[in-house]
Amino acid sequence: MTSASMSPASPSGREPAQDVALAVRDLNFHYGTHHALHGISLDFPARCVTAMIGPSGCGKSTLLRVFNKIYALYPGQRATGEVMFDGRNILDDSINLDMLRSRIGMVFQKPTPFPMSIYDNIAFGVRLHEKLNRTEMDERVQDVLTRVALWNEVRDRLNAPATGLSGGQQQRLCIARSIATRPEVLLLDEPTSALDPISTARIEELLDELKEEFTIAIVTHNMQQAARCADRVAFFYLGRLVEVDTADRIFTNPREKQTQDYITGRFG
Amino acid sequence: MTPVLRSSHRRAGFDTVFHGLLLLCSLLVLAMLGGLILLMATGGWQAFTRFGLSFFTTSAWNPVKDVYGILAPLLGTLVSTLIAMLIAVPMAFGTAFWLTYIASGRFSSIVGTTIQLLAAVPSIIFGMWGFQTIVPFIARDVQPFLNHHFRHVPVLGPVFSGPPVGTGLVTAGIILAVMIAPFITAVMVDVFGAVPPMLRESAYGLGATRWEMMRKIVVPWSRNGMIGAVVLGMGRALGETMAVTFIIGNVTTVGWSLFAPRSTVASLIALQFPESPEGSLRLSSLMALGFILMLLSCVSLVLARCLRGKRQ
Repeated sequence: MTSASMSPASPSGREPAQDVALAVRDLNFHYGTHHALHGISLDFPARCVTAMIGPSGCGKSTLLRVFNKIYALYPGQRATGEVMFDGRNILDDSINLDMLRSRIGMVFQKPTPFPMSIYDNIAFGVRLHEKLNRTEMDERVQDVLTRVALWNEVRDRLNAPATGLSGGQQQRLCIARSIATRPEVLLLDEPTSALDPISTARIEELLDELKEEFTIAIVTHNMQQAARCADRVAFFYLGRLVEVDTADRIFTNPREKQTQDYITGRFG
Repeated sequence: MTPVLRSSHRRAGFDTVFHGLLLLCSLLVLAMLGGLILLMATGGWQAFTRFGLSFFTTSAWNPVKDVYGILAPLLGTLVSTLIAMLIAVPMAFGTAFWLTYIASGRFSSIVGTTIQLLAAVPSIIFGMWGFQTIVPFIARDVQPFLNHHFRHVPVLGPVFSGPPVGTGLVTAGIILAVMIAPFITAVMVDVFGAVPPMLRESAYGLGATRWEMMRKIVVPWSRNGMIGAVVLGMGRALGETMAVTFIIGNVTTVGWSLFAPRSTVASLIALQFPESPEGSLRLSSLMALGFILMLLSCVSLVLARCLRGKRQ
């Protein structure tokens, strides 16, 4: 590994100038004494799907957890550097976490339905930030459930416990729940790793529709998924950003040999 | 017979013996409970048949006239337990939540260990502390204050009044609360710890505050375990004997005052059992009390089971 290969790829990329939703500059992250992210600089263009790939422990999930500052729940975890979102550095202590998290939604590896009804799962997040009357809330619930293609499956049992849904349905519910608060950015941490192929395909289709409106950052172990869904792909290795480019170029003609080795499965 | 088969034969034989031993252990448990219920029921039979319903509705406990009613100790046990739960449950809940989700690092582990140690302190210690510290405090500071300010207030007046001796239901309730709160806390910490981290992160990820996370996620999720913790604590409070005997005053009366000396089922049994002659109506009444105490614990357990069942 040469030092040149470690230097981050040009964040601006090669596509035409575009709004940047999240701009990461020289980000370092520590779990206690473990230095997990080394000087990451990376742009997340608005209304694009940016996939983060790399072997386990390379820091891609860590980066995701910086964006909604969920890491701040745990003492000993700290981030330094700059993550610009809507003109402000979210790493500043002055950032209001509740507001930030309502604007940057997150979906986890395993579905995490709350112990309440399907309807309330959606309404939960909305009620935290908005005062809607019953009709408006009904509309919001129907709207987001329709968009994740779940409405027809659950319209007759909105008051049933969400834990009774199948895994794929639960995950779509979690996505619906995240977009119900109308965030600008959606963070997905291996959202399909616990799902069957059919549910996975439905969620990938969904991403395609959602990117019309949201900026999406997705962590995935599945190279095909990155190739299918992402506009841009960032490859991480050992806490460093090795390369970022359009999905086409990463998968057909990557600049770095490490990337080449990883996507062809030759990686140790 | 080949050696291999012989050895497996021996192993099978050992397995049968082992199986039999395990069965014996579990049968022993059943026999134990059955025997206890039988002993209490037959022992109390004389009292039940002699006094009928009035055994439960009167508070006369008169060895001279040989007339017994258990309303006073029964109410004493129920009310002191209720007071203890009212104090202990919110305290335990708050401490457990703080320990699990808010506190961090060394301080929280120190507090956590201290709570487990407190839960292991023998109840007699709490009894001595209550007698030395709480009883005088109630008598000297709390009761004069309450008597002075609430004397003429309707309803609350009789409830707060009483001879300033410091013993009574509130005192017992406080001691019981201090006793069972660490116990409930320790169980609740385990229960809260079992909430999946991703579920919490999901709630925070939507912008929920700690309060909202607790109310909407942690509480519904851990309802079963919380009920279990509370019932375990309640069981201890219902049956606690020595600590309460020290501080309840041991007078079999019934009244509105929470500050007058009373008695509880367990304390009455503890004080009178050794001096009740074999075959006497008094002994039978005490056995009947024991039977009812067992029933109370069982009912609280069943109640908890029912509450748990509702969730599914």
